[in-house]
Amino acid sequence: MAAFTERMASVLLLWLAVCLSGTWAVDKGNFKTCDQSAFCKRQRALKPGESPYRALLETMELTNTRLTLQLINDNNKVRLLLELYRLQGNITRVKINELKPLKPRYEVPDVLIREPPTEPLSLLSQDENGVVLSLGAESQRVIVSARPFRLDIMEGRDVLMSLNSRGLLAFEHLRMRKDTFSYKVTSTVASVWDNIKRVFSSQADPEGEKKEEADPANQAETAKEEEEKVEDGMWEESFKSHADSKPSGPSAVSLDFSLPGVEHVYGIPEHADTLRLKTTDNGDPYRLYNLDVFQYELYNPMALYGAVPVMLAHNAQRTTGIFWLNAAETWVDISSNTAGKTVFGKMLDYVQGSSETPQTDVRWISESGIIDVFIMLGPTPKDIFSQYASLTGTQSFPPLSALAYHQCRWNYNDQKDVQEVDAGFDEHDIPYDFIWLDIEHTDGKRYFTWDPHKFASPKEMLQGLVEKKRKMVAIVDPHIKVDSNYKIHNEIRSKGFYIKNKDGGDYEGWCWPGSAGYPDFTRADMRAWWASMFAYDQYEGSMENLYTWNDMNEPSVFNGPEVTMHKDAMHGAWEHRDVHNLYGFYVQMATAEGLIQRSGGVERPFVLTRAFFAGSQRYGAVWTGDNAAEWDHLKISIPMCLSLGLVGISFCGADVGGFFKSPSTELLVRWYQTGAYQPFFRAHAHLDTPRREPWLFGPENTALIREAVRQRYTLLPYWYQQFYQAHQTGEPIMRPLWVEYPQDPATFAIDDEFLIGRDLLVHPVTEEGARGVTAYLPGKDELWFDVHTFQKHNGAQNLYIPVTMSSIPVFQRGGSIIPRKLRVRRSSTCMEHDPYTLYVALNPQRTAEGELYIDDGHTFNYEKKEFILRKLSFTKNILSSVNMAPDAQFSTRSWIERIIILGASKPSKVTLKTAGGQESQVEFEFDASMSVLTLRKPGMNAGVDWSVTLQ
Amino acid sequence: SWQFLLILFVFLKKAVMALTRFFCSSLQERQFYEEGKPFTCLDGSRTIPFDRVNDDYCDCEDGSDEPGTAACPNGSFHCTNAGFRPAFIPSSRINDGICDCCDTTDEYNSGAACQNTCRELGSKEREIMKEMAEIAKEGFLLKQQLIQEAKSGLEEKKAKLAEVQVSKKDLEDKLEALRTVKETAEQPEKEAKERHLKAWEDEKAAIRLEKDKAKMAEVFLELDDDADGFVSVADLLTHSELDPDSDGSFTEAEAQGLLGGVDKVDTAAFESVWNNIKEKYVSESNADIPAPVETPQEETREPVPENDSEQYPEEDIPEEEEDDDEEDEDEDPDDGDYKVSPVRISIRFMKDDHEFLFNLDLHFVCRNLEKEISFDFGPGAEFAYLYGQCYELSTSEYIYRLCPFNRVSQKPKYGGSETNLGSWGKWTGPEDNVYSLMKYEHGTGCWQGPNRSTTVKLTCGKETVVLSTSEPSRCEYLMEFTTPAVCQEPQSLYPDAHDHTEL
Repeated sequence: MAAFTERMASVLLLWLAVCLSGTWAVDKGNFKTCDQSAFCKRQRALKPGESPYRALLETMELTNTRLTLQLINDNNKVRLLLELYRLQGNITRVKINELKPLKPRYEVPDVLIREPPTEPLSLLSQDENGVVLSLGAESQRVIVSARPFRLDIMEGRDVLMSLNSRGLLAFEHLRMRKDTFSYKVTSTVASVWDNIKRVFSSQADPEGEKKEEADPANQAETAKEEEEKVEDGMWEESFKSHADSKPSGPSAVSLDFSLPGVEHVYGIPEHADTLRLKTTDNGDPYRLYNLDVFQYELYNPMALYGAVPVMLAHNAQRTTGIFWLNAAETWVDISSNTAGKTVFGKMLDYVQGSSETPQTDVRWISESGIIDVFIMLGPTPKDIFSQYASLTGTQSFPPLSALAYHQCRWNYNDQKDVQEVDAGFDEHDIPYDFIWLDIEHTDGKRYFTWDPHKFASPKEMLQGLVEKKRKMVAIVDPHIKVDSNYKIHNEIRSKGFYIKNKDGGDYEGWCWPGSAGYPDFTRADMRAWWASMFAYDQYEGSMENLYTWNDMNEPSVFNGPEVTMHKDAMHGAWEHRDVHNLYGFYVQMATAEGLIQRSGGVERPFVLTRAFFAGSQRYGAVWTGDNAAEWDHLKISIPMCLSLGLVGISFCGADVGGFFKSPSTELLVRWYQTGAYQPFFRAHAHLDTPRREPWLFGPENTALIREAVRQRYTLLPYWYQQFYQAHQTGEPIMRPLWVEYPQDPATFAIDDEFLIGRDLLVHPVTEEGARGVTAYLPGKDELWFDVHTFQKHNGAQNLYIPVTMSSIPVFQRGGSIIPRKLRVRRSSTCMEHDPYTLYVALNPQRTAEGELYIDDGHTFNYEKKEFILRKLSFTKNILSSVNMAPDAQFSTRSWIERIIILGASKPSKVTLKTAGGQESQVEFEFDASMSVLTLRKPGMNAGVDWSVTLQ
Repeated sequence: SWQFLLILFVFLKKAVMALTRFFCSSLQERQFYEEGKPFTCLDGSRTIPFDRVNDDYCDCEDGSDEPGTAACPNGSFHCTNAGFRPAFIPSSRINDGICDCCDTTDEYNSGAACQNTCRELGSKEREIMKEMAEIAKEGFLLKQQLIQEAKSGLEEKKAKLAEVQVSKKDLEDKLEALRTVKETAEQPEKEAKERHLKAWEDEKAAIRLEKDKAKMAEVFLELDDDADGFVSVADLLTHSELDPDSDGSFTEAEAQGLLGGVDKVDTAAFESVWNNIKEKYVSESNADIPAPVETPQEETREPVPENDSEQYPEEDIPEEEEDDDEEDEDEDPDDGDYKVSPVRISIRFMKDDHEFLFNLDLHFVCRNLEKEISFDFGPGAEFAYLYGQCYELSTSEYIYRLCPFNRVSQKPKYGGSETNLGSWGKWTGPEDNVYSLMKYEHGTGCWQGPNRSTTVKLTCGKETVVLSTSEPSRCEYLMEFTTPAVCQEPQSLYPDAHDHTEL
C-alpha cells in the first residue's frame, strides 16, 4: 500500500534525503573515492620505481610442488614469504604473506573448489641474481630476480607477464600501535636492547639478521623506523559520519603486473562500464567492493553490487588472466603506454618500426589479507575459461524453466493479483515460467513468512501455478528483523550466529524491516542452519515450485558506511574488512544448498543473487541490480553481462524495462527483444512505477512483446545446451566476439553486439527511433544467415541492417546446426515432449555441425548419466545424428518434425535412414530465392541414430 | 527402444487421424474438412492431400490444416464443450498437460487426467446467468425508476435554480438599490463624521498637552526633594531609572546632561528638559501614568475586504464547498465570482442586515444547483441519485469511502489521518460504454510518485455498494462498485439463454 513507503520515508529519512535529492543519478558523495579510502590513497601515492624488496635466494626451498623463498623490504627489514606453484592446466600461483605476521592474515576460503593440483617445477639455472624455473611444457619459464625482486613469466623469448616490474609490491605488515602505552614500553625496551647488542657484536653475524627478525623487540624497532611515515587513516578513519576503528592498523597489499604486447584488458566486474576496460590514470581506479548503489551511474569505475577479481588480457596472439584472490576492498589501476596515442601516432610507430611494444600495466591494491594470485597463461580464450573453471568451478546447471521468461514486479500485491497476472499471460497468449514476489509478500519484512492478509494461503496460490506448470520465486534477504516474536531471529540470536559489532554485541543495522541483524554466513554451521530453513516443514507455505531470490546481500545496511556494513564488525576472529566481498557469495551458497536439501538432493536449485564474488557461478544467477528505464541502461546491459561471462558467471541478466522510472513503449519493446537473447530473462519494475505487464501497451505492442518472448521459447533447446556446455567447460554463454575471433582486432572492443555460444550473433537495437544498425559480422571465412529472413551475408564486414519495431538483428553462423522447438506453449514445461526443428546453416564448404542435449530438465540425474547428447553434422550432403555420450541413458518422446537447411541447393531426392537400416523418402520444399530447403516431417525420435541423405 | 517409440508414434498418428472425425473444428468450419478430398488452406494459400490434415505437421500458413493438433503456432482448437459453452483455444494448449476444454478434448494424448466438467460448469453458469439476469432485470427496473426520479429531480432543481436565480437577482437588485440609498444617505453623515473626527483630534491633542503639563508639575515637585524650587543633579540621582545608557551607574555627568548641562533647573527650565525625563520617569508614589493614546478611530473604521473572510466564521461555509474551493481552484470559474460577487459585497456592506444569512444561503444553493445540473449523470441521469451520497468499504487495514462525483478517500482503521485518493474527474469507459468507468484524480501526492487516483469500475447490481478496492499500481487505486444505474436491458444481454440448455 502507498502508506508503506511513506512510513519508510520517515524511517529512512537520513538515507533517502541524501539519495533522493531531486536527481536520478547516484549521489557519488555517498561512496568513497580512492582518496577517501585511506589505504588506497596511501598505496596509490607510491609511484613506480625501484622496489625496496629483495629476494633472499639463500632462503629458497624447492620441492616437487612448490618454491618458497623470503623477500625482505630493505626499508623496514620486514620479511615476506613468497610461494610459487605450478598448477595443472598452465596456471602459476604466486602467494605472498608476511613471514611472521603479528597475527594470521586472512586467506580466502571456500572460493576454490579444491586445493588446486600442482605440477612439478624444475630449476633451470641459478646465480646470485636470481633463479630460472621451468613451467613445464612450451618452453615456459619463470625468472625470479633478486635485486630488486621481480618475477617474469616467459615463453621462448617473449615476456608474457611481469610482476613487481614497476616496483609497486607493497605489503603493510601488521604492527603494534605506536601511540598506545604498550607500544611505548616495548619500544623503550627495544632501543635499550638494541644498544646492548651493538656493544656485544662487533661484526655482522650471518645468523643475526634472522634472529633479529624473529625478535619482537625488533619488530617494534622496525615500526619506529617508519615513524615518519605514519599517516592519517592508518589506525582509524572516518567517512561521513561513520568511524572505522581499524584495530589491526594498516594491512594493505599491492602488486603490479606488466603485460607486454597487450592493449585490451577485460573483466573485474561489476562495473557499469564498457567491455574493454579503460585506463585509470586520469581518475579513480576500478573499485571492487560490494555495494548497494542507489541509481548507479554509467561509464565509470565505481563499485557495484558484486566483485570478481579476475582480469583477462588479450591480443591477437594470446589471452592471459589474473585472478587476485582477495575478498577485501580492492582497487585496480590500469595504465597503458599506448592509451594516449592517436591512431596516427600508432601508425607512425608502426611505419618507423621504432615503436616500443604496446604494454598495459595493472596494479591491484587490497585493504587486507594476503597476495594470492593465479596467473592463467591461456594461450587461447577457451584455455583461460577452463583454467579459471578448474579453480572456482563452472556455471551451475539450472533447471530448464529458469532459462525461460520471468515476470517480476515490486510488488505483486496479493494472491488475487498473482492470479490475475497469471491469467493475463494466458489471455494474451504470452508464455512465462516464473512469477516473482518481492519484499512486500512477507509479514513485515520477516523473510520465510507471508503477509497474513495478502498472501493468506500461499500453497493454494502455488498449487494454482503448478496446475499451469509454472513456478514462483519469493525473496529471502539476509537481513533479519530484530523482533523477539520472530522465530528466525530468535534462533539466530540464541545460536550466536549474528555478526558482532566491534564491541562484541550483535551487529544491528537498518534495512527494510527497520532494525535488523546480519547472520554470519562465513560460518559453515550458520550456513547449514540457514539451508535447513528451506525445508518444506520449516518454510511454511513453500512448495516444490517455489524458488528463491537473495537481494541486499552486499550486505546492504541503510545506515552503515557507504550503505554497507562497518568494516570493524566481527565474523568470529575476522573483521568484516577481510571478508566483505564474500558475504553475498556465501548467502547464495547457503540458499542454493537449502533448495537442494529440501528435495533430498534430487532437484536443481534456482537462486538469484545481487551480490557475488569469484565462484558465485556455482550457485545460480545474478542480475545487474537496480538499473533504470533509460536507453543507456539497455545498452550497458550488454557489456555488463559480457564482463560477467568472461569471469565464469554466465547466468546474467538485467531488469527488462529498467527498474527505476517508467520506460517508453519503444524502450520496453526493445528491451524485451534484447532480454530475450540474454541468459537471464526477467522483467522487473520499481514499486513506484506504473504497471507494465506486456499487454498494457496496446495490441500492437503486446504482439511485439509476445513475439520476442516466443523467440526465446523456440530457442530454449539451444539455450539449455549452452548451459550444459557452460556447466561442463566454464565457457561464457553470452560471449564477446573476440572470444570466437581472437585474432581479429576489429572484434576486440565490440560491446554493442554479442554471441550466444558460437552460433548466434545478436545485435540489439539500443537507440530510440533507430531505423537500422550497423553490425560487424566476424570471420572472413564465415557466412551469417539472418534468422528472420534467411538472408545470407559474408563475414568480416560491417553490415548496415535496416530495422523495424518487429525484431532485432540475429544471425546464425554458417556451419552450425541449431535445434528449436517451434510449438511455443504457455510455459517451458508444457513444451517438454514437443518435437524439434533443426536449423542447419551451411558454411562455404557446405558443412555444418551442432549438438542436441536432452534430459529431464530439472533434476541432478544428468550427473548419473541420464541424458541424451547427440552430435549433429552435415557433410557431403548427409545430415546425421550420432551419440556423443554412449554411456548415458535417457529416452525422450520428442521427435524431429522439420529440418531447415539454409544455403542448400535443390536435391532430387531425400532419404531418411534409421538405425535399423530402414529407409524412407522424406518430402521437401525448396525455396530457390533464399536457397532454403525444408524437409517435411522426417519424424524420427530425437534420441536415436539417424541420417538424412540429399541426392 | 526407439522401435517401440516408432510404433507408438505410428499408433498415435492413427489415433489422431481417427479423432479428427469427431472434433477439431467448429460446426461452421467442418464443411471444409471433407474426408478424402484435397484440403485447401482456409486462407487459400495452398491445397494439400487430405491425409495431411491433422497429421501433426503444419502445412498451412494460417494453421488451418491442423485444427486438432498443436503443430501450427497460430492454430486454434475448437472445444465443443457439450453442456457448456463451446470455445476456441490456441492450439498450443492441445496436449500440454493442462485441462483447458471442460470436455477434456484438448488433452487426448498428454496423459493428463482431465475430468469432463462441462455439465457442472454449464449448470453453474446457467445459475449465475439466471441470477445475473434476475439482477439485471431488477436492476434495470430500478434504473428506470432512477431515470424517472432523476428527471423529476432535475426539473425540480432546474425550477428551483431558476427561482433562486430570480430571487437572487431580486435580492441583488434590492441590495443595489439599498446600497445606493444607503450611500446617498451616508454621504452627509460621512462628511459630518470627518468634521467631527478632526475636531475630536484637536481636542484630544489639547487634553494630552494639558495632562502632560500637570504631570510635569507633579514630577517637578516630587523631584525637588529639598523643596528649594530647583531640581538639582543630586535630586535626579535618586532616580536611577533615568540613567540614559542604563548601564547600572547613573553618574553626575549623566544627570547633568539630562538637565541640559547645568547643575540645577527651575520650573521654567525644567519644561525644556522635561522631554529628557518623562519617558523613563517612575513616580515615587508608583502611580501609573495613564496611557495617553486613545482614539475613536478603530470603531469607525470601514471593514477592509481582505480581512473580511476572517471575520466570517468558517462554519458558515458548508464543508463540502470548502473542499471544492481548494481543489477546483483552477477549474471553477465561480471562484472568482465568489470573492467579488455583488452579493457578497452587499453582505459585507449590510452586515447588520438580517437578510444577509439568507442571502449567503441563496448564493450556495445557487452554486450547488448549478454544479449539480452541470454533471454528466448519464444519458437518463440515472447516476444522479449517487450525488451527495457516500459508500464505504472496510478492509483489514483501511476504510475506503467513495462519494460519487465528489471524491474517494482512505482512512486507516486504527488511527491516522484520511488520505484523498482522488476527486471526481470524468467518465473514462470505452467508447461504447463510457459510463462503465469513473476516474477520480489529483488525490494526495505520493512520496516519490504521482498524485493518487482511483478508477471506479461500475457493474450492474440491485444494490449500490463498493465491492472491492485494490492498488494495482502504486497510488493508482481500483474500486469495484455495483449500481442498478449500469444495468442493461436483460434481453439484449442474454438473447438465447434458453438455447444453451439444449446443448
